[in-house]
Amino acid sequence: MILCALLITISVSAQKKKRNAKVSIEVDGVCMMCKKRIEVAALKTKGVKFASWNVKTHQLSLIIDERKTDTLKIQKKMASVGHDTKAIKAKDEVYNAIDPCCKYRDEQVVKDHIKQ
Amino acid sequence: MKKIIFSILILIPIITFSQTQFKGMIMDKNNPKDNLGVYGATVHWLGTSIGAVTNEKGWFTISYKETYKKLIVSYVGYKTDTLTITSLKPIHHFLTPDSELDEVVIDARKKSIQKSFFKTQNTFTVNKDELLKAACCNLSESFETNPSIDVSFSDALTGTKQIEMLGLKSPYLLITQENVPSIRGAAQAFGLTFTPGTWVESIQITKGAGSVVNGYESISGQINAELVKPYNDSKIFVNAYSSLNGRLELNTHFNTKVSEKWQTGLYVHGNYRGEKFDKNNDTFLDAPLANQINVMNRWQYTNAEKGWISFINFRYLNDEKQMGQLDFDPSIHKGTTAFWGSEINTNRIETSAKVGYVFPELPFQSFGFQLAYSNHKQDSYFGLNVYDIEHESVYSNLIFNSIIGDTRNKFKTGINFTHDTFEELVNINNYNRKETSFGAFFEYAYDNLEDFSFTAGLRVDDHNLLGTFVTPRLHLRYVPWENGVFRASFGRGKRSANIFAENQQLFATSRQIKINNPTGNIYGLHPEIAWNYGVSFMQKFNLLERKGDITFDFYKTDFKNQVVVDWENPQEISFYDLSGKSYANTMQLEVSYELLKSANLRTAYKYYDVSTDYTSGKFQKPLQAKHRFFANISYETDITMDDSQWKFDVTYNLIGKKRLPNTATNPVNYQLSEYSKSYSLLNAQITKVFSKQFEVYAGGENLTNYKQKNPILASDNPFGPNFDTTIVYAPIFGAAFYAGLRFNID
Repeated sequence: MILCALLITISVSAQKKKRNAKVSIEVDGVCMMCKKRIEVAALKTKGVKFASWNVKTHQLSLIIDERKTDTLKIQKKMASVGHDTKAIKAKDEVYNAIDPCCKYRDEQVVKDHIKQ
Repeated sequence: MKKIIFSILILIPIITFSQTQFKGMIMDKNNPKDNLGVYGATVHWLGTSIGAVTNEKGWFTISYKETYKKLIVSYVGYKTDTLTITSLKPIHHFLTPDSELDEVVIDARKKSIQKSFFKTQNTFTVNKDELLKAACCNLSESFETNPSIDVSFSDALTGTKQIEMLGLKSPYLLITQENVPSIRGAAQAFGLTFTPGTWVESIQITKGAGSVVNGYESISGQINAELVKPYNDSKIFVNAYSSLNGRLELNTHFNTKVSEKWQTGLYVHGNYRGEKFDKNNDTFLDAPLANQINVMNRWQYTNAEKGWISFINFRYLNDEKQMGQLDFDPSIHKGTTAFWGSEINTNRIETSAKVGYVFPELPFQSFGFQLAYSNHKQDSYFGLNVYDIEHESVYSNLIFNSIIGDTRNKFKTGINFTHDTFEELVNINNYNRKETSFGAFFEYAYDNLEDFSFTAGLRVDDHNLLGTFVTPRLHLRYVPWENGVFRASFGRGKRSANIFAENQQLFATSRQIKINNPTGNIYGLHPEIAWNYGVSFMQKFNLLERKGDITFDFYKTDFKNQVVVDWENPQEISFYDLSGKSYANTMQLEVSYELLKSANLRTAYKYYDVSTDYTSGKFQKPLQAKHRFFANISYETDITMDDSQWKFDVTYNLIGKKRLPNTATNPVNYQLSEYSKSYSLLNAQITKVFSKQFEVYAGGENLTNYKQKNPILASDNPFGPNFDTTIVYAPIFGAAFYAGLRFNID
């Protein structure tokens, strides 16, 4: 009985939407220009408070207000500025419009960045 | 109460399952501040196939048996770590990036003066490399390779260099040490010479109004010196310096780790000049006999996981100078008219503590607290004039940083409290004063991360002598096109002028001290109030595949009230409240260009129109050149395999004619022309780096050997009515050569 009550408490609390939730999503990109584009786009998503993208790991670390946004919305936003995520790929015309330096789908571009 | 119940409820299941499960969190050492977990790192027990992967928050749960002791943590791009597990307490582990991926060789060298393209304020940072170019010796000499700051001489006796920005001397600049106002009050005249150059890690220079966070006093700019920190300074550092004009200096640094979180550093500086020089045969020493001992002990506490950082500093200084005639012996001639002589003895103790906390869950939110105490005591006499000052100061500041919505909208807010007591003895008159102020500030910074940002700050202070007043300051930045940045700022500053401490060269003259129409409450004078307005434009360019930038600055400082220091009557110095106008209009055009790989040229033309309504009429500020030209070339060879390298640095200054204070009523042989002649100065330095541990340098100052012929007026009759050591417009010492070495162990 007590255990039941415990479990309910925990599951209720788990569902409660946090004002400062830390989430991390993988976003494809290659360079510092991508970093800026990704972080600016993330911050322009309503409910995103903090965004930091790691060039090496491709992890976009975020602090979000879960009452206002979720990772799917952010991934949509990423795709809208030309960056692929696991769930959503950017449309080709959007991807084609980004700077040549940022063409992360091109293996040659990725290699060039690693060399640097 | 709810929270307590909740945590108990959470803990129970952990305790229940803890027999078989081991938990931990894996984080990235590169972002210790973020404390964000690494997602997708794998962990497994050594010699088993039992493994787990971290979740989005960096947490993993792995089944546990007592026989499992070693946990392997691995992640692409990071070093694989083996951890010894002795208890079931959840672990927090930071991964280190793999060094092979970490080393990025950048071909273009980082410049030693960095003008910020992204900051809202017109700020540039001078780093260690640049500081080493002027090998000598303290903060006042750290600016000689920098066009935005002008170095001038305060008097013919002490050889103290004064700094100016936007045509105004250092009392109108806020000089801070790690953001605690430091060169102020009694320390104004010689304070810059009390910070040894090797203690300085970097300097940030902001032109114009500045921030409201550190107070209301700054008018034409802010200079902040960051000191070396036990955490990242070399374990042992030794610097020795000797110059042909008799100056010897020794600096030693020792840094050590006391425990996991505490580091400490001991920094000792000593300088000595015992040789007497009188190259211009005016019977007066060209440079003072001097010795200084300066000791600082710093303690640094760092706890990256919890987000705490703290510094505790202790400092002691003793500085002694003797000036005047060659044959002056203080033990015999002090207080007599046999020979003219002067001594300045300074004792200063300082202690400060700083605490900073970054919320581990919210990297954009932090608070900081600073508390500083200093006691500055100067005992001095200049011929028959006596000047003693004791200044005790307490400064405290509490700052909270956070965001509004997201990190494009940041704010700083806080309160501060300052208390100063001044006790001065001027010949036979005592001047005692207490100043206490409480202030609150709020500064909002917006940055759209693309082409526009601004910082708007406001503070309100309640001061026992200055009253209750508001200080607004605004900076904005706009990028109209690629690589171009436009900045504008305005702001207000207010301060009480310490007329004697700031102008103590007046004591080495026969001038009568006058305070006209004393109706105010600071020496009978009113607070100084000024507005500063400025615009700046910087364009970066690429020419023949080499980088360069061009900057144009225009700044105006407009005094609503100023304590006018009037030197226009050669028999008097008078202080009075401004009636009429006083302003400083300055213009600077600066071009930097990479001439060759590793060879940089920096040139600047500066125009100053600094003018005040004196009782005798409107004049340009005396001893201020209207036109100045600056050029600096630096060249470094490539670092060879064994870490050796040559560095060359040459600085040229052309200083235009300066208006000299009026001497028309003096006897003919003590009259000076209306203007000084323009002249050039050339400094050069060569450094040979033998290895990361050892380097030597040698250089020369004033290589064109330009000297002011008679820096002391009436040196033949120092107790007569026309004696004056303050009209100095050029170096007194001719060419001077020096050499030194630096040794450090990391």
